[in-house]
Amino acid sequence: MTGLFSEVFLSALLFGAVTAAIPLLLAGLGEQMSEKAGVLNIGIEGMMLAGAYLGFVGAFYSGSLWLGFLTGAAGGIAVALIMALLCVRIGLNQIVIGIALTLGLEGLTALLHHFQFSRSYPRLPAADATVIPLLSDIPIIGPAFFKHHLIVYLAVALVFGMGYLYRRTQLGLNLQAAGDKPAALDVAGIDVIRTRTIAVLTTGALAGLGGAYLANVGAGLFIPFITNGAGFLGIVLAMLARGRPIWVLFGALLFGVCLSLTTAMQVAGINIPTDVIQMLPFLAVMIMLVLFGRRASLPAALGIPYERGAR
Amino acid sequence: MSSLSSSPVDISDIVALEGVTKRFPGIVANDGIDLSIRPGEVHVLLGENGAGKSTLIGMLSGLQQPDEGRILVDGKPTPITSPRHALALGIGTVFQHMMLVPTLTVAENLLLGGPWWQRPRTEELEARVAEITRSLGITVKLHARVSELSLGEQQQVEILRAMVRNSRLLILDESTSMLTPTGIEELGALMRRLVEQGLAIVFITHKLKEAAAFGDRISVLKLGRKVGEIPPERFRALGEQEIISEIVELMFGKQKDDPEAIERPARAVDAQAAPLLQVADLTVAPTDNAPGLSSISFDIRPGEILGIAGIDGNGQKQLAEALAGQRVATGGSVRLEGVSIETLSVGERRQRGLRYLTDDRLGEGTVGTFPVSINFFLKQVGAAPFWRGGVEQRAEIDKRAAELVREYDVRTPSLKTPVARLSGGNIQKVLLARELAEGAKVVIFNKPTYGLDLANTLASRQRIRDTAARGLAVLLISTDLEELLSMCDRIAVIANGALVGTVANANDARTRVGRLMIGLAA
Repeated sequence: MTGLFSEVFLSALLFGAVTAAIPLLLAGLGEQMSEKAGVLNIGIEGMMLAGAYLGFVGAFYSGSLWLGFLTGAAGGIAVALIMALLCVRIGLNQIVIGIALTLGLEGLTALLHHFQFSRSYPRLPAADATVIPLLSDIPIIGPAFFKHHLIVYLAVALVFGMGYLYRRTQLGLNLQAAGDKPAALDVAGIDVIRTRTIAVLTTGALAGLGGAYLANVGAGLFIPFITNGAGFLGIVLAMLARGRPIWVLFGALLFGVCLSLTTAMQVAGINIPTDVIQMLPFLAVMIMLVLFGRRASLPAALGIPYERGAR
Repeated sequence: MSSLSSSPVDISDIVALEGVTKRFPGIVANDGIDLSIRPGEVHVLLGENGAGKSTLIGMLSGLQQPDEGRILVDGKPTPITSPRHALALGIGTVFQHMMLVPTLTVAENLLLGGPWWQRPRTEELEARVAEITRSLGITVKLHARVSELSLGEQQQVEILRAMVRNSRLLILDESTSMLTPTGIEELGALMRRLVEQGLAIVFITHKLKEAAAFGDRISVLKLGRKVGEIPPERFRALGEQEIISEIVELMFGKQKDDPEAIERPARAVDAQAAPLLQVADLTVAPTDNAPGLSSISFDIRPGEILGIAGIDGNGQKQLAEALAGQRVATGGSVRLEGVSIETLSVGERRQRGLRYLTDDRLGEGTVGTFPVSINFFLKQVGAAPFWRGGVEQRAEIDKRAAELVREYDVRTPSLKTPVARLSGGNIQKVLLARELAEGAKVVIFNKPTYGLDLANTLASRQRIRDTAARGLAVLLISTDLEELLSMCDRIAVIANGALVGTVANANDARTRVGRLMIGLAA
């Protein structure tokens, strides 16, 4: 058991935790924005899958990871457009549409991948890491946190950007009003439908980006159902974080540790059935819900389509 | 009345309505309404529930569009297409249901609606608010969260919001319905100061006294039509009583006096009779958002109406729920006909004749999507003869429901109509029918006329009097002092979860109850 505390084990564990956390972070931040504006976005798993597939295809054919992130975000937005149209504009049930989108995208991306690549799973070259000078020389912490792709640092910066947006800007006020009391926003002269549409499309972009990161950087390839519940974990994170982006980051890192334990244990040569370890994140969800979930207050109008003049 | 020439447009009108008609499936909510709204005037729109007041407001504030007729702003025909457009035209509305985001601060609520790419201009707002509040003599806590404010304070914030946006016309929709008597007077004084600054105000109410006290001009609506108007010249010439009787004439065409001021018929309560309900030292622990009860004691004899007066939120609901068994009491005893019932469940208490009419008619009182017929028997689900072996007996239910509908005069299109589609007054009748049915001995009424129009208020009060006359004990919880004075034998005052005094309803009861309510000895 000495391997558990070796430097190699710990830095592999933490490096893997960050890599696993980034898609969750992006999904959680995206979901948080939708929920703030009053839209429960169950379709986020589908948006991530679309992002993962299109992101992979974009990066595979162009040879550029950045172009892959771009096509991934576009894929997420495309799915979010359907969600915005059906749930925000027409006012259909958000849960039903969300589940339909997720299931639909699972099938669609698997099918497209099958046509495109038959049964082969081509890999992308390993992503270039942006090494942060000095900080990366710290033992254990350095290689774990400061040798990642540039987009990882951008995602963490986004946490603070979101915090600023919610607390200090007019758009942040509008988003919160759209979720807590949409009628008040409407009579203040701001279009609720438009505000919520902006939120859902942003969610799509972030989820798509998260999916693209998961496929292109995390795994280096696309396989069907690759997200494996990451979107749902994002929903949990958003609900537990109660509107505060920094808590999404902490939660994502915690789940990230659980997810990366599998690989790290293998590195350390510890023999625990991987199935048991793979259950960890979901066990963590339940523990976190029991500990913090009871106090979580969600926006009052979450999940309720807005219709002007309806009581 | 639909011709456009019937109302001469006065150039001094800020907003004028000409023959405005709005239809909804099945009803004409507004039928050819003409209205002129002028600066420096409080224009009262008076009408009962369903008279079309809210629809009219919806059209002025851009939420709805008229089907016929036109709206003139500054003399020019102007369709008001959206709430944003209404604001831009200088029409600010304070809606009946608060339109503030409870999780944001007052300042953030006032800033809502600015261009999204801008940073909220807090400093600019603070200066502007200081200027307005100074001229109006109100104080507003800019950095308090809205959910921490009282309803009266929230309303001031909404009025302030309209002022910050440079409104020229302020619409107040049923603004007094949630306020305490002091709050109502303050609002009246505030409106006076606003019109003195040259604002136009449209004040919607169904209370005659407020109309007479606060208005400069009164328009009376009835079933979607405007049935009369008292212009300012005439308003000033008449005394308050004359105005009220003139309005009543317009609204009902029968009664001459204030119809709410009915003399309490003298009823003899047998002081020797054993009390039907005895409550001793009833205690309930306080919760995060509600006061508890401390050591509540009272008796009610057969045929007696005991009133509970007090400002809303002082433990009235907790008292009613603790008696009905819906809230856990931490101490004390409740006896019905001398038998202790405080350990019994809600159902068992009901079985023994203790009935509770909730003030939350649609929330806990009825299941809105269930038909009227089933709602009559919600508290007997599974019991014979309406259910046998767990199976609903449609014929039995409909037969009894039809009787109750007749007996209690419930106006419903059919027995199968979902109860939420009925008006508040008719939902209350369904509840009355259910709770007063077989076996009632003690009945608790919690704000039985809250939100009802005049006709239904009077009908409900008569029903309560009849209940007592049948020899039942009645506990009447109300925030309307007039109501208690017109009905009760004794009135107890509740403050902070304790009964601070009980007075017999004699001639000096009004002052004595009033003193108790503001914390003085009776």
